Amino acid sequence: MAAVHGDAHGHEHDDHHPSGIMRWITTTNHKDIGTMYLWFSFAMFMVGGTLAMGIRAELYQPGIQILEPELFNQFTTLHGLIMVFGAIMPAFVGFANWQVPMMIGAPDMAFARMNNWSFWLLPVAATLLVGSFFVPGGAAAGGWTFYPPLSTQGGLGVDLMIFSVHILGASSIMGSINIITTILNMRAPGMTLMKMPMFVWTWLITAYLLVLVMPVLAGVVTMLLTDRHFGTSFFNAAGGGDPVMFQHIFWFFGHPEVYIMILPSFGIVSEVIPTFSRKPLFGYSSMVYATASIAILSCVVWAHHMFTAGMPTVGQLFFMYATMLIAVPTAVKVFNWTATMWRGSMSFETPMLFSIGFIFLFVIGGFSGVICAIVPIDIQVQDTYYVIAHFHYVLVSGSLFALFAGAYYWIPKWTGRMYNETLGKWHFWLSMFFFNLTFFVQHFLGLAGMPRRIPDYNLQFADFNMISSLGAFGFGLTQLLFLYIMISCIRSGDKAPQKPWDGATTLEWTHLPTPAPYHSFEKPPIVK
Amino acid sequence: MVGNKTFANVMMLKKLLVFTLIMFAFGFALVPFYEKFCEVTGINNLLQPDVQAKEIRVDENRWITVEFDANSRGLPWQFKPLQNNARIHPGEPVNVIYEITNNSDREINAQAIPSYSPRFLDKYLKKFECFCFTKQVLKPNETRQMPVQFVIEPGLPEDIHTVTISYTFFELPDGTAAAVKR
Repeated sequence: MAAVHGDAHGHEHDDHHPSGIMRWITTTNHKDIGTMYLWFSFAMFMVGGTLAMGIRAELYQPGIQILEPELFNQFTTLHGLIMVFGAIMPAFVGFANWQVPMMIGAPDMAFARMNNWSFWLLPVAATLLVGSFFVPGGAAAGGWTFYPPLSTQGGLGVDLMIFSVHILGASSIMGSINIITTILNMRAPGMTLMKMPMFVWTWLITAYLLVLVMPVLAGVVTMLLTDRHFGTSFFNAAGGGDPVMFQHIFWFFGHPEVYIMILPSFGIVSEVIPTFSRKPLFGYSSMVYATASIAILSCVVWAHHMFTAGMPTVGQLFFMYATMLIAVPTAVKVFNWTATMWRGSMSFETPMLFSIGFIFLFVIGGFSGVICAIVPIDIQVQDTYYVIAHFHYVLVSGSLFALFAGAYYWIPKWTGRMYNETLGKWHFWLSMFFFNLTFFVQHFLGLAGMPRRIPDYNLQFADFNMISSLGAFGFGLTQLLFLYIMISCIRSGDKAPQKPWDGATTLEWTHLPTPAPYHSFEKPPIVK
Repeated sequence: MVGNKTFANVMMLKKLLVFTLIMFAFGFALVPFYEKFCEVTGINNLLQPDVQAKEIRVDENRWITVEFDANSRGLPWQFKPLQNNARIHPGEPVNVIYEITNNSDREINAQAIPSYSPRFLDKYLKKFECFCFTKQVLKPNETRQMPVQFVIEPGLPEDIHTVTISYTFFELPDGTAAAVKR
């Protein structure tokens, strides 16, 4: 097992690298780029989180206190865009950059230079997006889904958002082309597809989804742009266009997009649970097939986002049943994770806590998803806080918790230092408590009819909103603890043992020293 | 060996780039596909004449009030129906005249877009003639009277006593050939 071979001298290669800032601008090393992705996404998480704090502060009491309605709408819109495109997606790409080559025994990503480009597009896009707050008319305010006619009427902020989405899309497409090529062409000898770690599998499928739907998003924002400035009428009813068509094309991208944000987190959890249960993943091949079927189904359910937009009953029924069908492969995954833990020799370090928290809360979000899939209920709860609660249960306690689990799990490998376990557990329990305080009550608000994207509300909603806001402030502050844990781990954490997690079986733990050398697997390992 | 690997990677890159371009084109192909789909399935057929039904039974026992509404959005046009409402039996053919006047001294192209209340009225409303099927071009200070001919089918649910048919004129940018070419 202690097959730590001659990579220890890898650091000598670094000598001819530029130092300081130029190292980071010109780097083509997958580990450097992964690090930059992760820091970038954390910075955007802080920006999007600040916007969320603004939203919750305004909603702390009924009436208008802090944010004018126009600014409130800009906050909700940019919160969504930044969290989806700036925080969650780049964070998973960061994990892919660090982990995919190490897990399949490849020396680096397939296209190292393109990898550098796809990262450095992100700060440009983020600048456009955040900068749009400061242009005349302010940022886009029509919701993160930028439906026309609002998005064809808005000011310069909408144009900046469109360009930003174009750039982010280009970055994602380049990133996923890189990941697909790396996984398909650069695996170590003996690493067959069905021996790949689940994280690699989920990313392979996610990357295919990305090249499938990101170009469609690029197309639809291009149509929006030409409608705004070049006299076309794709979505303009007066010119023979149809605003409902925008919703169809957008959600053709948008629904696979939500699986793009959750599949890699399934992968992370599928690595963490077996490690801390000290058992191989239960039902590996069914996991692979479940992931693939979720990805395929995700492409034929988009119109469940628009049941109230007007659709024949046959269409509603089709999209309702197709949506409910996704619960089947998802349940396969949940049962497999549970079965992996069954009679395992479990221990509850922070990554495991976040993974179990993920399963518990993601299932709640999954069930509220099935409830929303039912047409008559969806018509009732469309655009209410019930939907907000649903997708935060799958995106925050789903994607984000899995990202935390992955960060705690792999940080010893990345830095050679251990994080503070006590603080890590605090981070988990505080996140768990405040997350549920924030979002569980939003189910009640939504069922009682509180609409989303409105800065004011009826007095009857006051108590739950105050609870939710308090939870949100607590959740926000708790994430500063995460920042502290990570920084103190990187700067002054205890030295990590060669193999901090005794149950880990993937290549980066069994075949590489800790910390992972700058250049790893220049000679591919042999996988039996 | 290394060369082969690089070659394989570049081939893969090319394939995936082509796939990306195809998907980009597919996004645009969804537009005609959407329109064709709506046309074939009869969804969203607001701007096409309906075929005259064979024999619509007139339900003499029911009365429906049809309200006529007219708006122009951002246009120097005066637009109004000559009668504000009509009291009719379901199944009975109705003829209404709308009048537009161009109050400006430039020629303007515009397109009227219908809107109904209740929303499901379009299932029971059969329009045989309407100024909204084509774009309207008005010379400076021209006035025009235009008919709408329709039938509301007796299938309209019993609890509906009043319906509204509304038109809004939107200006078309110069050079827009046909406003609606579905």
